[in-house]
Amino acid sequence: MSDDHDRFDNFSRRTLMKGGAAGAAMLPMGARAQSMSAGGASATGPSVQRIEVSLDINGQRRDLTIDTRSTLLDVLRHELELTGSKKGCDHGQCGACTVHVDGQRTLSCLTLAAQAEGTKVVTIEGLSDEDNLHPMQRAFVENDAFQCGYCTPGQIMSGVACITEGHAGSDAEIREYMSGNLCRCAAYPNIVAAVKQARTEMGG
Amino acid sequence: MRPFYYERAETAVGAVASSGPGTHYLAGGTTMVDLMKLDVQRPTRLVDISGLEGGRYDFIRWDGDALRIGALTTMAKLADDEQVRRRAPVLSDALWLAASPQIRNMARISGNVLQRTRCPYFRDTSYAQCNKRVPGSGCAALDGGVTRHHAVLGTSDQCIATYPGDFAQALIALDAVVEILSPDGPRSVRFADMHVLPGGKPDRETMLKEGDLIVAFSIEDAAFPRSKYLKVRDRESYAYALASAATALRMEGDTVADVRLGLGGVATVPWRAKEAEASLRGGPLDESALERAAQIAFAGATTTEENAFKVDLGKRTMVRALLETARMEG
Ligand SMILES: Cc1cc2nc3c(=O)[nH]c(=O)nc-3n(C[C@H](O)[C@H](O)[C@H](O)COP(=O)(O)OP(=O)(O)OC[C@H]3O[C@@H](n4cnc5c(N)ncnc54)[C@H](O)[C@@H]3O)c2cc1C
Ligand code: SF4
Ligand code: FES
Ligand code: FES
Repeated sequence: MSDDHDRFDNFSRRTLMKGGAAGAAMLPMGARAQSMSAGGASATGPSVQRIEVSLDINGQRRDLTIDTRSTLLDVLRHELELTGSKKGCDHGQCGACTVHVDGQRTLSCLTLAAQAEGTKVVTIEGLSDEDNLHPMQRAFVENDAFQCGYCTPGQIMSGVACITEGHAGSDAEIREYMSGNLCRCAAYPNIVAAVKQARTEMGG
Repeated sequence: MRPFYYERAETAVGAVASSGPGTHYLAGGTTMVDLMKLDVQRPTRLVDISGLEGGRYDFIRWDGDALRIGALTTMAKLADDEQVRRRAPVLSDALWLAASPQIRNMARISGNVLQRTRCPYFRDTSYAQCNKRVPGSGCAALDGGVTRHHAVLGTSDQCIATYPGDFAQALIALDAVVEILSPDGPRSVRFADMHVLPGGKPDRETMLKEGDLIVAFSIEDAAFPRSKYLKVRDRESYAYALASAATALRMEGDTVADVRLGLGGVATVPWRAKEAEASLRGGPLDESALERAAQIAFAGATTTEENAFKVDLGKRTMVRALLETARMEG
């Protein structure tokens, strides 16, 4: 451990010197915790980089050491066992991984977990308390807005944002502003109905 | 994905001074992280610029008819801006018709204009041939690949990949200028000069140099209430353009006083149809004038069997966009 720390100090000093004024302007994220594992940087790039991050997930602070390559989605599912957010495509194409970051719907598969530090992340698990479903969740149940359910957490997170953004004014607008969430079971008509019902309840 | 260092830059000057080989900026990450997962982009260091100076580069500012937009403004924010919608709808249209609401919340306009082609052979490293990805390796698309989505304008015998973005067409039509902070200090370039044709070097897509940081886009005369972006695609939403047109018009009675025309989905770089514009200026916007302009715009097209349809589609898209723009108030 102390060995690691020595190396990381070397790295951060080198970064600072190389960067000159820039180094000083860098937030200490890299310097604070980015440790080089054995081998260090080579001509082809560094070896695995670990950093410490402090995330705010569903109102809880979670301190973690992660690989810089980790996406927010993988950290949620694998490190924090919040498996509600789904991995459909892992490339920004399906919306199954949608979460809210500072209230904005965001694709967790294209968000590096490191980028999420300093923000408030809400997942489907944090949308409502244990006893009461969120109006959007209830609307999905009541309108039969799913079949297999795989896309549903993403649809629900997206549907809530669609209303709070003010983009649920008409059926056509709901369809356009829900188009980032694909449903392989094609429950689309019922999803539109659910968003409409929740809009009335949410007062959007 | 290959390992990399991750750092956050606090200031623009700090970000630029920290640049070096293998270092790339990270804005919204929707192009970068996607292509890193595919092993197409291989940065050794990412400098996260999304939060530079507490949002200093996230702004939309009018000064008379001049508009200046911070490089780190999200697509969603600019798309939904009330004044932009009213005074320069083409800018807003080109954004809300692009990608998905989630991506628009994440993506910044500087990252947007620098997005990479969706050519499937560029994105899939199991294809050895791709001059854009591996200079000199050949072109899997031209060598018997599926080319339905590929470009018909601005192509070369080395690469026919389409520039996929929408917003760039609006910027080029409105004569935008890119404000850059480079390691040698600030400079400006015309947006039209930023992207370069593939020619013999398709791996080089822009004239930006290592460390160049886009800080803003400015448009000296952005008051085009009569402007729009028309996008034609395989499905009605959440798809890239097969053909698109960014149009802006000023009429004096029935005469075209000023017309701007950017074409998307059909070219290798953001495309301004200048000769077509010139043919329309000073005349009426009637059927024969529009037909002639469309002919001029696509005169230089080179096609494959699979993408030849884009010439007709592109012409019709352009004509329809101009007619619809003429019917707008302004
Ligand atoms: C499924 C999907 C569908 C999409 N559909 C569309 C569509 O229909 N139309 C469309 O236009 N786009 C579409 N996109 C592309 C999307 O709009 C871009 O990925 C996005 O705009 C990129 O912005 P970003 O901030 O996420 O960029 P990043 O991924 O963060 O950066 C992209 C590049 O720009 C560089 N960069 C970013 N900011 C700066 C700066 N200030 N100075 C210098 N360099 C900088 C980065 O280093 C990187 O090389 C789609 C994307 C996906 C994943
Ligand atoms: S068209 Fe361009 S990007 Fe596509 S395979 Fe050929 S060289 Fe690569
Ligand atoms: S898993 Fe994120 S968009 Fe598909
Ligand atoms: S319910 Fe099966 S994918 Fe949407």
